[in-house]
Amino acid sequence: MTAAVRRAVFLVFGAGLLALLLWSFGGLPDLGHYVGPYGDLVNALTIPERHSTDAVTTVNFDVRGFDTLGEDAILFAAVVGVAVLLRVLRDEHERPRPEEDASGRRIENTSSAIRLLGAGLVGPTIVLGLYIVAHGQLTPGGGFQGGVILATALLLVFLSDQYITLRRVGPMALIEAAEGVGVAGFALIGVAGLIWGSSYMENFLPLGTTGTLLSAGTIPLNSVAVGVAVTGGFAFMLSEFLEQTLVVRRE
Amino acid sequence: MSVLQVAALLLVAVVGTATALTREPLRQAILSSLYGLVLGILFFVFQAPDVALSQTAVGAVALPLMILLALAKVRGGAR
Repeated sequence: MTAAVRRAVFLVFGAGLLALLLWSFGGLPDLGHYVGPYGDLVNALTIPERHSTDAVTTVNFDVRGFDTLGEDAILFAAVVGVAVLLRVLRDEHERPRPEEDASGRRIENTSSAIRLLGAGLVGPTIVLGLYIVAHGQLTPGGGFQGGVILATALLLVFLSDQYITLRRVGPMALIEAAEGVGVAGFALIGVAGLIWGSSYMENFLPLGTTGTLLSAGTIPLNSVAVGVAVTGGFAFMLSEFLEQTLVVRRE
Repeated sequence: MSVLQVAALLLVAVVGTATALTREPLRQAILSSLYGLVLGILFFVFQAPDVALSQTAVGAVALPLMILLALAKVRGGAR
């Protein structure tokens, strides 16, 4: 297929797609005019039934918690896939570059401004991530968002040139375990609903006072479990990429 | 629709087109990070803060970072 034919085919189908899109946009309800019972029901029931002030988190970790379990499993599969793809191959060898291996010596081409900023932001990033995980049922965010933020703390460590040091001190085993522990924890909280409640993922814990940190029953527990899983998963993927880039050399 | 929402939509259209038209992978990775951020702002001004947080964390940081690290590995291997 020549370039001209390809462009002609694209233009024809592109125009068709545009026409269909514009047609379908015409049928959308106006902004803020939601049609359909489910959203209104969730909005009306979130506070009285679950004592939670964030309807989205309530849907994710309670009303539709089973879907989140599936998403958790998808993330787990993706992380395992990355680990398999990025494993150290037979003709590769784990060996830090000499300048990274020598302790206390700095790589010259990272400016001290970036290093200082990176190191200074590690603490605030971790606090922000923990805050978002812990306040899942109160404010926007939850285990997933907070977990990704927590995992990016690892990136800041890398930016501030401390990755090799971190690797030597070694929370890597912890990171590898966190993904599995988080996913298993989420599934087991569901089983607990089966034991102490009447169905899988039933919110069996006392709901507490609306607006406090320990309210909404199992929702904060689920948020923390997902937070641990996502932190572990993303940090593991990042560290695998960093290992491949910084440490593994082809002999 | 408010001015802010129209501005966010236009910004997404411009940055999205720029990302698609960029051919150099390194620049495209940086632009895709900007695109993730702009998309996060769009979700935020359309009153979806939960999605905006996810979008910003994944689209503006995690995904471009993995592309960058993969690029670094590919280029390091070619050297």
